[in-house]
Amino acid sequence: MTASPDAPEAADPAAEPAVARPASVRGRLVSATARRSRPASARRRRRSSTLVLSLALMATGVLWTVLAPSGSAQDSAADSAAVREGRALYLQGCSTCHGLNAAGTVSGPSLIGVGEAAVDFQMSTGRMPLAKPGAQAERKEPSYSQVQIDQIAAYIQTLGGGIEKPEVSEEALADADLMFGGELYRANCAQCHQAAGEGAPLTYGKYAPALTNATPEQIVEAMRVGPESMPVFAESQIDEEGATAVAAYILHMRDTPSPGGHKLGSYGPVPEGLLAWLVGIGGLLGVCLWIGARQKV
Amino acid sequence: MTTTSGPGAPAPKLAKRPSPVRKMNRAVDERFHTQRSLRENLNKVFPDHWSFMIGEIALYSFVILLLTGIYLTLFFDPSNTEIIYDGSYVPLKGVEMSRAYASTLDISFDTRAGLVFRQIHHWAALLFVAAIIVHLFRVFFTGAYRKPREINWLIGVGLLVMGIFEGFAGYSLPDDLLSGTGLRIASSIAQSIPVVGTWASFLVFNGEWPGTNFLPRLYVAHILLIPGLLLALIGAHMGILWFQKHTDFPGPGKTEDNVVGHRVFPVFAVKSGGFFMMVFAMLALLGGLAQINPIWLFGPYDPSKVSSASQPDFYIGFLDGSTRLMPPWEFRGLGHTVAAVFWPTVILPGILFTLLALYPWLESKFTGDRESHNLLQRPREAPTRTAIGAMSITFYVVLWISGGNDVIAKTFSISLNAMTWAGRVGIIILPPIAYVVTKKLCIALNARDHEIAHHGIETGIIRQLPSGEFVEDHRPKPDPVPDHPVVPTHRFELSPPGEHGNGHGKTGVATRARKAVTGFFTEEKAEGGEEPVSGARH
Repeated sequence: MTASPDAPEAADPAAEPAVARPASVRGRLVSATARRSRPASARRRRRSSTLVLSLALMATGVLWTVLAPSGSAQDSAADSAAVREGRALYLQGCSTCHGLNAAGTVSGPSLIGVGEAAVDFQMSTGRMPLAKPGAQAERKEPSYSQVQIDQIAAYIQTLGGGIEKPEVSEEALADADLMFGGELYRANCAQCHQAAGEGAPLTYGKYAPALTNATPEQIVEAMRVGPESMPVFAESQIDEEGATAVAAYILHMRDTPSPGGHKLGSYGPVPEGLLAWLVGIGGLLGVCLWIGARQKV
Repeated sequence: MTTTSGPGAPAPKLAKRPSPVRKMNRAVDERFHTQRSLRENLNKVFPDHWSFMIGEIALYSFVILLLTGIYLTLFFDPSNTEIIYDGSYVPLKGVEMSRAYASTLDISFDTRAGLVFRQIHHWAALLFVAAIIVHLFRVFFTGAYRKPREINWLIGVGLLVMGIFEGFAGYSLPDDLLSGTGLRIASSIAQSIPVVGTWASFLVFNGEWPGTNFLPRLYVAHILLIPGLLLALIGAHMGILWFQKHTDFPGPGKTEDNVVGHRVFPVFAVKSGGFFMMVFAMLALLGGLAQINPIWLFGPYDPSKVSSASQPDFYIGFLDGSTRLMPPWEFRGLGHTVAAVFWPTVILPGILFTLLALYPWLESKFTGDRESHNLLQRPREAPTRTAIGAMSITFYVVLWISGGNDVIAKTFSISLNAMTWAGRVGIIILPPIAYVVTKKLCIALNARDHEIAHHGIETGIIRQLPSGEFVEDHRPKPDPVPDHPVVPTHRFELSPPGEHGNGHGKTGVATRARKAVTGFFTEEKAEGGEEPVSGARH
């Protein structure tokens, strides 16, 4: 980083050729005239100018490599490795349904342009690869490691881009406004996922899943991507702060111990009624029988 | 308890010093002449059967509802006024809500024992209605509603309907998302009534939904109007029961004209007191261990929001189910629209409760039975009635299950559409099946009883007769032995008959009242008041 004061000048790809180009142009012109008149010296001069040119180019390349923003070069190398790995995994595990070029088949949709967020959501929740055909993919243990999922996501991301995987940091979750998240949740999520995030059925076997196991990343990904029957909540509708607040509210709701005792599945009156009948009435009828049996004096 | 000495038995340690209870009793009797009715009522006989205690569950739940309800009224503010919440539940801090909702949150989080009282209150409400329903089953299947008890049956049906309304009013008061959703549906149901619907809804809700001043009205209904009616009906129900005396199953020594069992004091009183404690214990357990109606999760009511799986409490569930099963049949004509919701939520319960209320008269009309009955029937002894009951319960349960069909569909991974159609088919074919199966079962059980009565009990011993024929030995059914003496021997006596309390029995009410008032103010004592209490007392 000591070289940084010079770096912008030396590393500027536009500036560098501007310095080098006159030399190369001159060299080429010189060599062209020399070829006809003085072949030996010209050849020698041509050789040296070629050397100079190559050195200059090499220096430029080295300088560029050293001084240019260093991360991206390594990233792109790693990226391309990840993409390669991801493509291999894709061809092995996904292409049967989604096609060799991810353009989709009769049994699976095209993945071009879905983006890495969609891949991460579907695979990290275990929905993909699909356990069985049905109305809706169900959540299960993921079949791939997070590293492999990231590789496949990187590969899919190269096919026409798409929504990038959102990052939800611990700090952002801790700082999130629970009240804001709750308001957004009740306005946008509760009508399908139920007030306490327990999920509810939709039509013909489809359902809004329970949010009991969703990670904050998966929650935000689902909002951005809109998997299956879920609508998309784009950044223009719920910004990053809002999405993080929704995730924080969901986590708060399910991880805070219920103050009133057992949650009964947080489903409200249906399990409450069941308990009132089975335990309440059932138990007290048992007491009636007991007292009745003890009466026979 | 029934083996203690009878009223005439000598009591060795008599009247050394009257006990404080006796002194007190004498003092009260001298002034209010309570002795006679006290002795009569404390010695009233109640029959024993476990199924006669079901109604008590409802009664004791009601007592607990009153007690917990009084505590809740100290903190609840039934106001629609919008405020910004600033209590201790963090995720709602800063949210705009009604005072009703905010005060319910405060009861739940910032009032000592508020949450457990709220939960016991809500569980008691569920148990109250559930116990009424089970009690109704007992009364129905044993024929206890027959003449002369039709009016008490009618009062019981009134109690059930009032209990449902009272429960719904309580469910609607906190003004959370669930309450508001329920009230919105209630207002739609009111509006669906042809011609008068809109006006009825305006009358109840004080104008357009959701109105600005509805909760105070609902509160008055919930804590004064309906509980007052319930109390009056319970009083009438039990007064009639007291006056007409309890029914009993047939048994040795039991006739249409007597009551066999235990006296109110001490056996029945102790038993019932203990049972009250058991009901209280059950409600305390439920209220302390099982969360009910977590209003903080639902958020404040806002007509633009709704949560999936928004259900009413179980006693309204059958109407939710009927609405889910009913096809959307809407009719227009004569300038009026009959909304689809009218059939399953007004017509259906109207028919159901009318049939329920009129059942004693309907049965008597169809069977031609105009007799008075104090002895009960076992369910099998009236196969048609039992079959009608099973059919009705099946019908109700299909509606009930359909009311929670989304939760069931989600829990058991069934398509919601499949649940709806199963309910639609089930509501038509299951009740007749229940009717036929129950009737055949009853008839078969009667046939078995008949066989035992006439041929005795199979012994499993096979004998070969000299002729070569094999026969099975039958043992005659033994005569049933009475559980306890027909007339309970133990009479609770505060003072011997014929003394002061009894002495005024034949005088007129006015005389007695005058004497009582006089006795209260002057030195004049009722006759016998100064005599030492003696005689057979136990």
